[in-house]
Amino acid sequence: MIPAARPEQPATGVPLRATGMPLHDPAARQRWASLVLGAVLLWPLLAATEFSPWKIFEPRSLHASARFLAGFFPPATEAGFLGNVALGAWQTIAIATSGTVLALFLAVPLALCATANLSISSLGGRMAPLPFAVRQGLRGAMVALRTVPELVWALLLVRVVGLGPTAGVLAIGLTYGGMLGKVYAEILESVDSHAARTLLANGSGRLQAFAHGLLPEAAPELTSYTVYRWECAIRSSVVLGFVGAGGLGQEMDNAVKMLAGGEVMTMLIVFVALVAGADGLSAWLRRVMQ
Amino acid sequence: MPGPTEAAAPAAGLSLDLRAIGLARSVRGGRREILQSVDLIVAPGEQVAIVGASGAGKTSLLQIAAGALQADSGALRLGGESFWQLPPSGRQRVRRALFLAPQVPPLPPRQRVVTAVLAARLPSLGFWRGLSSLLFPLDLGAVQAALEPFGMAGRIFDRVDRLSGGERQRVGLARALVAPARIWLLDEPLAALDPVHGEQVLGLLCAEARRRGVTLIVSLHQAELAQRHFSRLVGLRAGRLAFDQGPDSIREAQWTALYDVPPHHGAAASTGAA
Amino acid sequence: MIAARWPLLLTGIALAIVVAASFWTLDLHLGALLAPASLAAMGRYAAEFLAPDLSPAFLARLAGAALETLAMSVLGTVIAAVLAAALCLPAARFAGRPPARWRVPARLLFNVLRAIPELVWASLLLVAAGLGPMSGTLALALHTAGVFGRLFAEAFENAPQGPAQALRVQGNRESLVLLYATLPQLGPQLLSYVLYRWENNIRAAAILGVVGAGGLGQMLAFHLGLFQNGRAATVIGAMVLLVYGVDLASYAIRRTMVRMH
Repeated sequence: MIPAARPEQPATGVPLRATGMPLHDPAARQRWASLVLGAVLLWPLLAATEFSPWKIFEPRSLHASARFLAGFFPPATEAGFLGNVALGAWQTIAIATSGTVLALFLAVPLALCATANLSISSLGGRMAPLPFAVRQGLRGAMVALRTVPELVWALLLVRVVGLGPTAGVLAIGLTYGGMLGKVYAEILESVDSHAARTLLANGSGRLQAFAHGLLPEAAPELTSYTVYRWECAIRSSVVLGFVGAGGLGQEMDNAVKMLAGGEVMTMLIVFVALVAGADGLSAWLRRVMQ
Repeated sequence: MPGPTEAAAPAAGLSLDLRAIGLARSVRGGRREILQSVDLIVAPGEQVAIVGASGAGKTSLLQIAAGALQADSGALRLGGESFWQLPPSGRQRVRRALFLAPQVPPLPPRQRVVTAVLAARLPSLGFWRGLSSLLFPLDLGAVQAALEPFGMAGRIFDRVDRLSGGERQRVGLARALVAPARIWLLDEPLAALDPVHGEQVLGLLCAEARRRGVTLIVSLHQAELAQRHFSRLVGLRAGRLAFDQGPDSIREAQWTALYDVPPHHGAAASTGAA
Repeated sequence: MIAARWPLLLTGIALAIVVAASFWTLDLHLGALLAPASLAAMGRYAAEFLAPDLSPAFLARLAGAALETLAMSVLGTVIAAVLAAALCLPAARFAGRPPARWRVPARLLFNVLRAIPELVWASLLLVAAGLGPMSGTLALALHTAGVFGRLFAEAFENAPQGPAQALRVQGNRESLVLLYATLPQLGPQLLSYVLYRWENNIRAAAILGVVGAGGLGQMLAFHLGLFQNGRAATVIGAMVLLVYGVDLASYAIRRTMVRMH
């Protein structure tokens, strides 16, 4: 946005030297310093990441990559394999769906307890200290669930429940439970709470106040966010497959380890199509629910 | 003779040859003719003023002349070469000899005046010199010498958004003095200037152009200024050529006709460019 | 009234079917998990994590891995920004050049880069770039370039075009047009995109190592594999701290930028 032109001001800035010699740029010193600082910071970055792109072009690794890449075309289309891929794709959808449902079991109670709009003690003004502490504690719990990456949860769970979809479902359930819970609580607090608080003031239970007072207004946003998260869960469950949590991801991991380029290519195509489909479905669902 | 602002002595000015230029745009309810069979032939080093009311098509004509807009019909030749029939690399080559100053000075608000002016010199710098000049401006002397005649030398390190409208316009015009251009196309260069400063700036631009031998084409709606500073005036009325002659031979009736435009054109003009 | 709700009803039924099918086909045995014996086992497993290893030697190695992860996130994000900006250039609009020729392929490229998660990229790049943080950096760079590509392309097209067109009239190459005309107008906005993405990328960088791409992730996988759960717990703690630190830094930089302008 170009700001409105100001009225004519007297000339400011550096006066000309009598000889008319070129002036010195006042910003030059600062820019040199920034440039040097940038270079000084860049060096350890490159060193720490062992950044040596020329290694990719060394004959042996170039040969290996070329062979791997060449294997991508044509993508594998053998019937038995495609059957496995379809199964893997369905498993991915199933993991995402079950994980999200589990997350709901965690998120809904947490959100209901944590949201300030269902607080009875705050009806008369400020919330009492104990309920406040409890709510903050629940918020903290949800943040804790979110902060540990779901891949880490999956890694741990795989060692407890074994390889396979269960670990993925639980990992998604835990992390998404935290995410959904936090956002649900926030949505519930952002809606107009007048109806709910009136109900509470008149002695109705919290669940009723929620169902009749908050839910009608918040429902569109709540469902919209949930559907969006389900779509993210599909992507997550593929990633989790790489640590053994089943689905398309696990198949892809196996294929890459065997350098089976054609199979990897097919699975990538299926994965991209799956994500695009989920994206389209989620957009449609959100429109229908409005 | 090359002055302190010029990167190198430019060859003689570029010639411009526009024939049967037509331009139309779809608007609600049909097509609006912005330009219709306009011819304009300008010799190297010649100075021409394009006059007309707003909405007459002056800006579009200049943009077509600069290769910034492709006309729907007609031909454009710059320096004798048929512009749109050149390969993309040829077009880029010819473009480096052009300079177009749009009505609104093309200066990024947060940029400093020195960088904004130096940007006009980029066609003659390679990528690496251009990149380094962004951080550490080359040739401050040339920038200063370009801003000096416009009275803006003291603001060389100020940010563009600290300048007034008139100051920005002057900086925009000072860019011409550092550009390696052989033809200057200036669209309403005095729009934000008061009459006194405007006349000064116009005189300055004409003198500089003559000294360097660059072709100069200026669009103006101030008829008296055009008559005083240019020996050839091209009148545009509702997208058509009204006259193309010396100022003394233009009759009063022609001037009145120029600014007396039919209603629908005037109305449409308020929604589009001149 | 029912008629108006048909789509909703049908959707609800379809959803219920999908949910039921999901649980059923996965054969999850969730009930078995809640059996006392397995709960006890889980409890014991969890308890091992409550004894984190805090010895100086280990912490020193942890710091090294954390720096490696941080470096991966920074370098990957920066490379992505430059790559995305460069890939946006051919699609710029100007007289006589059909923008559609490059727009569609560029958009396709960005979508493909974005669609494939960082971890998948990392496992593919291990073949070309070997084990270690370089694969992780490149994986982040490729995926993030796809994200930036879409954002940048939109930002470039929506920026005021006056200064850019003036430079294009003079026959300048697109890279210089970007540097002199577009970036000065969009700088702060693009920087805030980059900083937001850095917050995401530090999380990604932390776990990429699990497939062998270096950093804290590789340490975590290593110690979990050796059943050294105390050390694994420390690594997880370091991940959380690192993510928190980057979130703070990104927020602070964005705040300073807002105050400066």
